[in-house]
Amino acid sequence: MKALAARLAPLGAARSAAFTWTQAAVALLIAAFLLVFLVVPVVTVVYVAFADGAGGVTLSHFGSFFSLSLMRESFWNSLYVGVWSVGIATLIAVPLAYFTVRFEFRGAALIQTLGVLPLIMPPFVGAVAMQLIFGRSGAVNLLLNDWFGFTLPIMEGLNGVIFVEALHYFPFILMNLVVALNNIDSSMEESAQNLGASGMRLFRRIVFPLAMPGYVAGAALVFIKVFDDLGTPLVLNQTNMLAPQAYLRITSIGIEDPIGYVASVIMVIASLASLWIATWVMRGKEYATMQRGYSGLARRRLNTGQSALAYAWITLVLLIVLAPHFGILLLSFASVWSFSVLPDAYTLAHYASVFQDSPRMIWNTALYCGIAATLDVVIATAIAYLMLRTKVPGRNVLDFTVTIALAIPGVVLGIGYLRTFKGIELPFTGGELFTSSWIIIAVAYTVRRLPYALRSCVAALQQLHVSLEEAAENLGASKRRTILRVVVPLMAGGMLAGFITSFMTAAVELSTTIMLVSAQNDAPMSYGIYLYMQSAAGRGPGAALGVLAVLLVAVGTYLSYRVLGSRAQDAREVRRLG
Amino acid sequence: MMEALRKVKVEFERVSLAYGRTQVLTDVSIAIEPGEFFALLGPSGSGKSTLLRLLAGFLQPQAGAIRVGGEDVTRVPPWERDIGMVFQNYALWPHMTVAANVAFGLEERRLPRAEVARRTAAALDLVGLGEYGARRPGQLSGGQQQRVALARTIAIEPKVLLLDEPLSNLDAKLRDHMRVELLALQRKLGVTTIFVTHDQEEALSIADRVAVLDQGVIQQVGTPVELYDTPANRFIADFVGTINLLRGTIEAGAESTVFRNDMLGAIAMAGAAASVGPAEIAIRPHALQLVASGTPLGGVRSWLDGTVAEREFLGEFVRYTVRVGTGSLVVDQPHYMGERGFAPGARVMVGINPAQVKLLRA
Repeated sequence: MKALAARLAPLGAARSAAFTWTQAAVALLIAAFLLVFLVVPVVTVVYVAFADGAGGVTLSHFGSFFSLSLMRESFWNSLYVGVWSVGIATLIAVPLAYFTVRFEFRGAALIQTLGVLPLIMPPFVGAVAMQLIFGRSGAVNLLLNDWFGFTLPIMEGLNGVIFVEALHYFPFILMNLVVALNNIDSSMEESAQNLGASGMRLFRRIVFPLAMPGYVAGAALVFIKVFDDLGTPLVLNQTNMLAPQAYLRITSIGIEDPIGYVASVIMVIASLASLWIATWVMRGKEYATMQRGYSGLARRRLNTGQSALAYAWITLVLLIVLAPHFGILLLSFASVWSFSVLPDAYTLAHYASVFQDSPRMIWNTALYCGIAATLDVVIATAIAYLMLRTKVPGRNVLDFTVTIALAIPGVVLGIGYLRTFKGIELPFTGGELFTSSWIIIAVAYTVRRLPYALRSCVAALQQLHVSLEEAAENLGASKRRTILRVVVPLMAGGMLAGFITSFMTAAVELSTTIMLVSAQNDAPMSYGIYLYMQSAAGRGPGAALGVLAVLLVAVGTYLSYRVLGSRAQDAREVRRLG
Repeated sequence: MMEALRKVKVEFERVSLAYGRTQVLTDVSIAIEPGEFFALLGPSGSGKSTLLRLLAGFLQPQAGAIRVGGEDVTRVPPWERDIGMVFQNYALWPHMTVAANVAFGLEERRLPRAEVARRTAAALDLVGLGEYGARRPGQLSGGQQQRVALARTIAIEPKVLLLDEPLSNLDAKLRDHMRVELLALQRKLGVTTIFVTHDQEEALSIADRVAVLDQGVIQQVGTPVELYDTPANRFIADFVGTINLLRGTIEAGAESTVFRNDMLGAIAMAGAAASVGPAEIAIRPHALQLVASGTPLGGVRSWLDGTVAEREFLGEFVRYTVRVGTGSLVVDQPHYMGERGFAPGARVMVGINPAQVKLLRA
């Protein structure tokens, strides 16, 4: 790449430069980072899964993987849970999106905001609360049994994993679908009405196909996240799935055990395949239906009967969606809660013990996620600029590589790090191993959350008309000054959104964390919650720590808005003027 | 080929519509004759598109009735109206092929498959896109997309055809071509057609009759010639074509009545019909004559002294802005090969023919 850059570099002064040395240097720096901390670890995992130990390639590890009935079962269970989670998440998200975008009723914005809440709380945190509410002897089944004499096996076995995952990840579908629906020009629908279509037929033939790309993107994300999730199956004690098996093989048998690597490779393939299927389904369907004189779909008024039905349905869905949140809040204040609808008595003791035991964890989370989110925004802004505003060769490879990170399960990245950086010492620390320092956790978070930050930054820069930069250059600002004074301030909204998403999702990251935490002292909150949740006695403090995690994320989000809010305002202004 | 369609009458009867406190349409009544090619003309925000959307059923008036073929459709939902609309942005569905777009309305009517195929093909043939059925709308040019939108609407054989700014998204050359084609198509099908436009030239050139709207109120309904020659008020006079509008007073003169304007002086009026008092007159630029100062004068015209201030060469004619007294007049003079015309600064005489002066009440 260096040689290529040298050949294409601005040699002829008369010709306008394809790119500058600074741009090329930035691109190389990012490429090196991605190579070391993403590509090499993942390739290492794949290599180990196929290596015969004598430098050759073999499929024998795959053979022994599939000869183990536990592994075959894990493979099918993971697929089963992934598909059903997408199905249930669809059932929750599609009506919510449709109602709030299409009909006039109070609280549409509230519903869309509430829908994002599940993202703030890690699914494995909610899982315990869900067992207390929906489990065999949970609140709902106790009531059902009292009133009607039957119970529902909502949390039995894999059902529990599916239910928790769907409730946690349906916002991915909701948000993508809301955007897609909002982008449909009202004339698309009116012309169908004009030609005689109405009601469900109109929805099925026009509205849904046009919103399909948004749905598919959301559904693919849900599948990948569910496949990737390690914490929820572990907390619910459903270890016969791929991610837990990969984790258990590596931690119990050892870093050399090839079965764990085979499981990793299968997870990567499944994730990549779902991304590929999504792209294939959407091929040529990224419709730009917003046209001149754009106006969104008309909002319809519901009559009394219809709105009563709609409200009843939405209330039910929201109650279920918010159940883990209420549950965890109750659990954090409950002194005893088992075999009863509500806790028997309340206490503040859990918070007291959490404040005594885990300020270090709270600090660690803030530190790791702060570092990761900052790095993410810096790298993402640079990549967005390189992609959209320069002709540096290889700029699209950077984008592609970062996007692929989305499909690399946390467990896989963790295993890759442990294997790749085995025995490497950190400089200036007197021989501390990289794999046992906290830095490796922050780096893993950075790589894992980079795709989110990149999408926000690219979107922000795309909305910025290039003439705004040309005007600055025309008035005498250099490229660097233009970026500092025009591009970055106007991108601030998108960068802020990227920061928040990276921070939030990193704060609740468990898959990589479990793999990489080596000392109690370096553990972040997510790991602490997981440890607490392992024992019945730890549930109270675990829930209290979970509540604190949610609060930390919420406060962080609020503060970032306060600090950068006015700049985000500018960015909105640009979009309006543009 | 498609058969000629039924011809139905369309009536707006005292239709009013307001969004909150904003009055969009006030007491609008129009009767559109069966088979007529009718234009709704007005500046943006005049309510012309609203009127079209009311007829299509996307809006409901707060007062008044809309009748199609004598039947009250005011509360009928859009999908039961059988009123075809071609949208300004064409609104072709990007996820369907051209043929699927055109077949859509026929399928919604649950027609037999063979019939759908036959009528889809006929509609596409009619707009000259018979070969394009398998394409996607995104692969067509703007003009072709409009034809598809037109075919899609005509395929259902609507009672009334609505065109929302049909030519606004086309480039100038294509616009002229499409204008002629639209008219030919309408004559062939015979369907009552209503189109909305803000371009007065477009409306005057192809419509049988035109309704001019301003601020939600009908200003005048008439044939293009009526609007041009006998504008009902100052707004019409100013909006339709270019015109000189002068305020002043009518006074009784020795032989005939005289219009007196502070800036220009006195102008003789045709006949004695005009009653004395404040008035406003309108004169088309081409009805004025321009001669060099000192040319012998005669005839029925009144002549005013002036100086050429500006000169615009427009091909078939030259448009002069002539300073007369403390005001100015716009004067169009035909241009013929070899003529030099008048240069800015030239002293000239402006001749006004009383027969070409339209009196508007002030």
